[in-house]
Amino acid sequence: MSSSLPSRRLATVIAAVALPLASAIPALAATPVPNKGDTAFMFVATVLVLLMTIPGLALFYGGLVRTKNMLSLLMQVFAIVAMVSIIWVVYGYSLAFTGGGRFNDYIGGLDKMFLKGVTAETTAATFSNGVVIPEYLYVAFQMTFACITPALIVGAFAERVRFPALMLFIALWVTFVYFPVAHMVWYWAGPDALADAAKKVAAASGDAKKAAEEALAAVQADAGKIYKWGALDFAGGTVVHINAGIAGLVGALLIGKRVGFGREAMPPHSLTMTMIGASLLWVGWFGFNSGSNLEANGTAALAMMNTFVATAAAALAWMLAEWMGKGKPSLLGLVSGAIAGLVAVTPASGFAGPMGSIVLGLIAGVICFIACTSLKNALGYDDSLDVFGIHCIGGIIGAIGTGILAAPSLGGTGVLDYVVKPGEGVVGEYVIATQVITQIKAVVLTIVWSGVGSLILFKVADILVGLRPAEQAEREGLDITEHGERAYNL
Amino acid sequence: MKLITAIIKPFKLEEVRTALTDLGLQGMTVTEVKGYGRQKGHTEIYRGAEYAVSFLPKVKIEVVVPSADVDKTVDAIVKAAKTGQIGDGKIFVSTVEHTVRIRTGETDDNAL
Repeated sequence: MSSSLPSRRLATVIAAVALPLASAIPALAATPVPNKGDTAFMFVATVLVLLMTIPGLALFYGGLVRTKNMLSLLMQVFAIVAMVSIIWVVYGYSLAFTGGGRFNDYIGGLDKMFLKGVTAETTAATFSNGVVIPEYLYVAFQMTFACITPALIVGAFAERVRFPALMLFIALWVTFVYFPVAHMVWYWAGPDALADAAKKVAAASGDAKKAAEEALAAVQADAGKIYKWGALDFAGGTVVHINAGIAGLVGALLIGKRVGFGREAMPPHSLTMTMIGASLLWVGWFGFNSGSNLEANGTAALAMMNTFVATAAAALAWMLAEWMGKGKPSLLGLVSGAIAGLVAVTPASGFAGPMGSIVLGLIAGVICFIACTSLKNALGYDDSLDVFGIHCIGGIIGAIGTGILAAPSLGGTGVLDYVVKPGEGVVGEYVIATQVITQIKAVVLTIVWSGVGSLILFKVADILVGLRPAEQAEREGLDITEHGERAYNL
Repeated sequence: MKLITAIIKPFKLEEVRTALTDLGLQGMTVTEVKGYGRQKGHTEIYRGAEYAVSFLPKVKIEVVVPSADVDKTVDAIVKAAKTGQIGDGKIFVSTVEHTVRIRTGETDDNAL
């Protein structure tokens, strides 16, 4: 009998025991890889958001204008998607979602210009430690947001803006308004960067501890200004809706009212199209809100729930308010209420509880109804498709409502702290009043940045190209005068 | 020959067409029009923008008949188109100078 036999058998036994043990101990510095479920989910969410814009928003808006301008709206929305997609991958993603050096509070840098460094292997953080999605998918998902936000604006001055001026304005607007606001609200270092830095602090002692603490502080500071304030915006109440809403109002006031506004009849030419658009918007919005969770888990399901009930409540609220106020429930009121609810629940979708979302929807439905009817008529401005009344007002209601409804005491999720117990998110202490003030700060900064920025950029486009068509051209219809086409050849 | 122009309520078109066919009429021209007489319009509201809509949809029927047939044609239209409510419409009779059937070249009463 050879003396190596027992030692070989011993080695085999040790290996049989040790290997499973070793793989069971999580490696401290193992790089997370994307989960196929999360990846598939985000793929679908991205596509749903694109559907919201084309054809959802295009038809929603198109049906509300006169026949002679239908095509111009379809064209504007579709062209914006095409143009902003390219801008996004060239420099938009980099400016919004990288660290920007000196001005990192407000804007990122150009490190990922032309998507440099982004490959099929690189990943993007989610809101859970150790969970990532392919970076390309994150780029694509955020790209759909960058596309829909400027597309929302065009409704405010529909039927009276020149196509080339609009495209120039939009290119400038996404650059100087959208990318900075997206960066300020959403850019952060990610849960794993925070966890790693926090673990190093815990592991260090003496002089090394101070250095580790400074390193942690640097990671925490590597975020947008509004993010660092602690403002909550799950899917874009400020970044998308208030942003676009105020830009729309500025444009509507600057360009002026439509020829014949207030004297001539300009009813929607097809509420059928508007309803189709609104329905596509609701369905697609599940991608918008749930997808903003960046992974397929219970929070994504919560966002779906909120997107369902807040919308339903708001639709009913507007319909009932109109029924009582004007005598008849209208389809336009019903779908407008639904959109108002969707807008309001957007920032709250991953934070609020469903019952809170119902209340949010009811409030948004009624207030936006008042804003789009009594308030608009009283102030006399021509916001053709109620971009301000629904997106800005609804967005403000949602942003402030989020501060209240995220409270665990009201069924909300609370806010996660990634530092106190590195490796997992822990629900921190929640003070409603403090959070509401933070939300208001975020709203005010967004309004000021977008309002002033839009004003300047509209002026630039007006001087360089000319925003408004000649009166005769406006009378004839933008479809013919801007695009040489008819929407309908009946 | 006389041209009979009848403005009627749209849902009455089929009834009037049947009545005229029973009389032996070979053809007619129909147009969709808008108009009002004593029948008032209604109000439409779109998100706070109120529109008073005065024009109502109507249908215009034009038939050309030999002068001898005018009275019985007008009677048939009245009987078929009448509902008794405001907005039933009106009939106008005017004179036609000359008629030609394009395919054959027949004229006047032979072309009707």
